[in-house]
This record gives sequence, C-alpha cells and structure tokens, in this order.
Amino acid sequence: MMSKETVSTKSLTKRQIVDEIFVKWGIYIALLLLVILMALIAPNFFSIKNGLNIAQAVSINAVVASGMTVVILTAGIDLSVGSIVAASGVATVLLLNGGVPTAIAALVAILVGALIGLINGAIIAYLALPAFIVTLGALTYTRGIAYSMHGGPVQIAGESGIESIGNGSIGGIPMPVFIMIFVYWFFWFLLERTKFGRHVYAVGGNPQAARLSGIDVKKVLMSVYVISGVTAGLAGLMFASRVRSGQVTAGVGYELDAITAVILGGTSLFGGRGRIFGTLIGALLIGVLSNGLVLLGVPIYTQLMIKGGVIILAVAIDTLRSKR
Amino acid sequence: MSKDEQLLVQMQNVSKNFSVTRALDNVNFELKAGEVHALMGENGAGKSTLMKILAGVHIADEGKIFIRGKEVKVEDPSAAKKLGIAFIHQELSIVPNMTVAENLALGNEPQTKWRFLDRKKIYDEAIEKIARVRAPIDPSELMGNLSLGTQQILEIARAISMNAQILILDEPTAALSSFESNLLFELIEEIRKSGAGLIYISHRMEEVWNLADRVTVFRDGQLVATTNKNQLTPDQVIKQMIGRDVKDLYVRNNRILGDVVLKVENLGNGLKIGPINLEIRAGEVLGLYGLIGAGRTEITRLIYGADKIATGSMRISGNLVKFKSPRDAIDEGIAFVPEDRKIQGLFALMTLSDNIIIASLARFVQLGFLALRNIAKAVDTQFKNLSIRASSVEQIVGELSGGNQQKVLLARGLQTNPKVLILDEPTRGVDIGSKNEIYKIIDSLTKEGTAVLMVSSDLPEVLGMSDRILVIRDGVVVKELLAGEANEENVILFSSGLASV
Repeated sequence: MMSKETVSTKSLTKRQIVDEIFVKWGIYIALLLLVILMALIAPNFFSIKNGLNIAQAVSINAVVASGMTVVILTAGIDLSVGSIVAASGVATVLLLNGGVPTAIAALVAILVGALIGLINGAIIAYLALPAFIVTLGALTYTRGIAYSMHGGPVQIAGESGIESIGNGSIGGIPMPVFIMIFVYWFFWFLLERTKFGRHVYAVGGNPQAARLSGIDVKKVLMSVYVISGVTAGLAGLMFASRVRSGQVTAGVGYELDAITAVILGGTSLFGGRGRIFGTLIGALLIGVLSNGLVLLGVPIYTQLMIKGGVIILAVAIDTLRSKR
Repeated sequence: MSKDEQLLVQMQNVSKNFSVTRALDNVNFELKAGEVHALMGENGAGKSTLMKILAGVHIADEGKIFIRGKEVKVEDPSAAKKLGIAFIHQELSIVPNMTVAENLALGNEPQTKWRFLDRKKIYDEAIEKIARVRAPIDPSELMGNLSLGTQQILEIARAISMNAQILILDEPTAALSSFESNLLFELIEEIRKSGAGLIYISHRMEEVWNLADRVTVFRDGQLVATTNKNQLTPDQVIKQMIGRDVKDLYVRNNRILGDVVLKVENLGNGLKIGPINLEIRAGEVLGLYGLIGAGRTEITRLIYGADKIATGSMRISGNLVKFKSPRDAIDEGIAFVPEDRKIQGLFALMTLSDNIIIASLARFVQLGFLALRNIAKAVDTQFKNLSIRASSVEQIVGELSGGNQQKVLLARGLQTNPKVLILDEPTRGVDIGSKNEIYKIIDSLTKEGTAVLMVSSDLPEVLGMSDRILVIRDGVVVKELLAGEANEENVILFSSGLASV
C-alpha cells in the first residue's frame, strides 16, 4: 500500500524552488533591480561617492532598525525609539559641555536608551501590557524628559572628539557606516549563533511552546526592549555628533522609518520570522529610492507618495507569497 | 428517478495533496437520498479532507463532483450552500454574543420595506426553525449562554432552514450530554425521512451502528471500503481503519522495572485537581486514562511545572523537588510532549533542527556561541533514530505531516536526556505507520530505563502500551489497574463513575 507521505529528497518542484529563492533572496533582488533602475534614469546616481552618501544617510535609521528588528521578531513593537534618540543626544551633549570625559558621555547615551528600554521591557514582560501602548507612552514621556533636560538645542562646546563619530571617516568610508556595519554583524551573531537568538525566534514564533520548552519568556521579552533602547541611544549619539548639538526635536518619526525598514526587509510583524540583514537591505531600499528620487528632482510630496506606495506594495507581495 | 439522480452526491477519483502529503488518493464516494452514511478512520486518514472538498473549503487537485447526477464545481463554501450542502463542523460557526434568533438568521437576515432589519420576522422565523428540531430553546437567549450541544443542534436547525439536502456532521456527539445526543439522533431520523442525506463522521462505534446505513472507512488518504452496516462487524471496521490486527499495532515487550523515579504525593492545584498520589518506576509505561475534562492534562502540567502547585510534593529519585517553571522540570530530568502540538509544541516557522534542540541549547554553548557542529550531530542522531521523514533537518517543521511533527517533539524531549518522559496524546492526528513507529520508540525508551507517563484518550492505545493504568475522574485518581487486569470494560466503567472504587 502506498505510503501517505512522499519523501522529497531531491524532488522539489520547480515552483517550490522559485518560492525558496524568493523567500531567501527576494529583497536582495529587489534592491539590485532598484539600483539598476536608478543607475539608468537618475543622473549622478551610479558612483562610489553617491553610494557612500546613501550608506551614510541611512546609517542612523539602520542602527535604530536593528534593535527594532529584534523587538519585532518577538511580535512586539517599540514606538519610543525616536524620543530616545533625542533624550540620549541631549543628555550626552549636556554632560560633554559640563566637562565629563568624552567616553563616559558617549556611554551615557547608550545607558539612557537602555534605561528607557528596561522600563518598557519590564512593564511589557512582567505586567503583560501591550507593547504598542507602553512604548507609545514612553514615546511621549521620553520626549518630555528630553525637554526637561534642556529647553532648546544645545551646541557642543569646544573640541571633544565626539564629532568624529558622526563626521569622521576611515579610509574614505564614513564612521557612521562603519558603526552600522559593526552593529549589523553583532546582531547577526546574536540572533544566529547564540542561545539567546534562538530564544528570541522561539518566543516570537510560539510563546506558549517556548515556555514549555524551558525558555524564560519574560526575561527574553524584557531583554529585547533593552536592546532596542540601546540601539536607539547609539543612534542618538550618532545624530548628536553629526549635527554637533543636542536637539530636543531630534528623532521625530524615527520609529516609523525603522519599522518600515524592518518590514521591507521581510520580518513579520507577527513574530518568529525574519533576518537581520533583511532589515539592512530594507533600509538601503528606502535610501536608494529617496536618493534616486532627489537626483531625479522629484518634489518632496511626490517622493512621500511613492515611498508610501512602495511600502504597501512590498508588504502585499510578502503576504501573497507567504499565503501559497 | 434514474439511478444517478437518486445519488445525492457522487465524488469520483478525488485526490488532494497538501505540500508533500497525499491527503486523498483517488477516492470514490457516494451518498444516497435518505441515507445516513458514516465515515470512519483515524485522524488524518482523509475523511475530513474529503468532506471539506465537498463543502467548498478545499479544492480537489483531481476528480469530479456530481450532485444529483449533475457535475458541479464547489469553489467555496457559499457555492456549497447554494447546492444544498451544509457542513456542521466540530468548531461551530456561531456568534456567541448574538441571540439564538439572530444566529439562525445569520447570512439570510429578513429586511423590512425600508431595508431595516425585520426583528420581529427574525424572531418568528426562529420559533419555526426551533420547532422543527423540537428543542426547548428560547430564541432571545444569547447563543453563548447555551451548552455546546444545544448550539450544535441550533446549527443543524439553521442548515435545515436553508434547505440543506446534504448534511455533513463532523463528530457531532463529541461534546454532547446523553440527553442532547438523543435529541440529535431523533433529529437525524427526521432529516433522513425527509429525503435528505447525512454524512456522519465519527469515532464512536456504538453510534455509527445505531444510525448508519453504510460505513465507509478511510486509511492514509485512501478509501478502504464502503460496506452496508449489516454486512460488517466493528472488528472488521477496526481492521480496515488500521490495516493490521490490533495486537500488532502496540508494542509492549517484557519490561524490567527499576526503582521509583518520580513520586508524587498529595499534589493539587487548589481548585479541581488533586489530591494526586502516584509513582512511576524506571522502564515503566504508566497510562493515564480519563474522559474529556477529567483533568489528566492538568495533572501532568502540575508535575511538569507549567502550572502552580497549591498542595503536595514531588520527589525525583528520592529527592524533594520544587518546580517554578518548565525549565526547572527539564533540568531535573522531566520532559514533556504537550497535547496540542500546533499550539503548545511546535515552532511552525522554524526548522526541524531548531525545534529539536530548542529545549537543550544550554548544553551546546561554547564560549558564548552555539556549537553548530555538535548541534548538527545531535539532531542528525535523533533524525535517524526516530525515522523522521523530511527533506532535511533544515526543513520548516510546519510542512511536515502530523506523525513526523509528533516525532520532532518527541526528539526535543529526548534530547534533554529525561528520566521521566510525559506524553500527552502522543498519537493524536498521526497516521497508522507513524503510530506504530512511535510505539516502538516508546518501548525502546523503557529498555533504556526511561519512565514514560502517557496520557491518552485512545483506550486501545492505553491498554496496549501501559504496564499500569491510572483512571482519572474529576481531578483525582479513582482506580489503579495493572496491565493484566485492565480491559476496555472496567476502564470505561471507572472513568465514567459507573463502578464503585
């Protein structure tokens, strides 16, 4: 009698092979196509200088998006990252101007993010409140904290070396790009090669099963928000350094840009599915698109409409694909 | 009426694949007017899939469907409804927050001249519909307040009111009291007399024998046979269902029992479970049997650290243990395969390899990173030992068949090197071949000294595999039976409270 299951060792159908390619490489292909398109139609697009421009332009968003990826992998969301960018930047600059050593002041930026992340994570994980609402609240009060630290913009006084973070370069490659690349490699290792990484995917994929498999779900959940806070703090440091000042209004809308990069990169909002480098590609996709549209002289309003359309299109393709 | 038109339904050469699984293979099925046609078979054998194709939920890959001799295409459930086909699922499609009357009118709401909802008409029509099923129900009652059985009867009432001529009932009495079951049987008689045809999917031999005219048995996606009830015996049906003699299915070789590994005293959750006293020895299979709601799963969740213990204590190899979470239990040597693998067990989006290793990651960490090669070796060993069928260990586990998914969860538990392996419904929704393999695995585990605590509502399975059986009722152990003294009769008697302890 014929067995009910077919053992498919080499018998993957053509359709399945195409599906596999799309799932793994779809966004890379999309980026490649977009780059080719822009190279053909946008003036001055295809050059190393412009390429580095794009990389630098997306670096801050990419850093925020890296932490956001980890959160979204657990089916969570962090809306507070934009406000953290502001608060951490202002705090760092104030300390610098107050004579605190550069390294310590830079570290504080990270710590501010970690602290807000810790508060978010503790409430979400241990009080079981929805991430959307908790981080929405954090978005608001952290902005308030930024304002309370200093009513308006504060310039960095004197030379402190911190400007090199946002403005320096090594071998022609801007510092922010280095930081971005380092951050992404770090998260790749964390998510793919550590126990914690497996736990993140498990908690996002099936929290019940994760708990029954012996994973401390609450600890994992709290940790991912700390991570998101840290990357937001780092981004705040990069931003403050770049504009050489602490800006209370910095980071507005950064959470949406980060989420966009994460989604475009193929990570599911429902958790358990996605790769960190996908987010980087997602960020680059937006960067290339924006850059190309600017070089083409497209007015800003039209740019926004195109970007919005691209996001919806990308998610539609992703959803249709996963419904097969 | 020609012979073809007397046949309400004819399904010819129907086949259906789900990914790499052939769920239906060249099935030929028919339903006559005025007939009650029973479908039997193990979970996953194909009976539900065939009915879902008839009801428009799935579309067959091959084959034709004829309704009253005319070929049709059932594209979706609303097309099925128009053809007079009604599928009463196990999971009811009712709206609990609406009244009975509103539910009965769902999808067909009568409107007044001005396009408003005609509430009076909804109410009046509801009274009619309820009268046809002769159940004492108040149309203005909230659907959610009624018992499952009553909801089910109303769902049938709704189907009849929409002039369904072909009714498919999927395990209708699974959650009914005997009063409600009798109501249902009377209703079925009436429906049959009116010339409609009923397809009755059930595991319950007794009911099938009372109601059915013909019995069709499925096994592993194929239709084994369609027989008139009076030309068939229950034993023959079982043989058709499992493809071999019952005694060849289960595996219980001479077991040598060791010391007591787990001793549970006065365990309880402070509510409906407990006090529980049990012990299990190395190399032993202890079966936990009981009806739905008896509390078996809850008991194991207490042992395993998933729920909070209110009273009592546990000892592992003589040492007192206290579990604050499943992690503690795993670390002390207790592994657990949960009842519902989809909801509680599997990470459907992750690979086979990840699913197997997820509970044991700590053992594979070197210098902060995962030792991928060691993981690959361990997973590979499990893959081979348990005969898991998949394209590779990197395959996404959601694509595997039920039997292989169950083996993956088994592997996960085994990877933690447990002293006690707790299995909750280990072969639910698993095909026959895999069932036998899982039984062999369980038996070989006992040879290595692992103690197996098996919760099951499959009586033959419990009887076939266990060295001892604990019968559970209302959250406590009501009887302990050794393999030699347990049989279908006394186990059922104790589990339903009809025998005095």
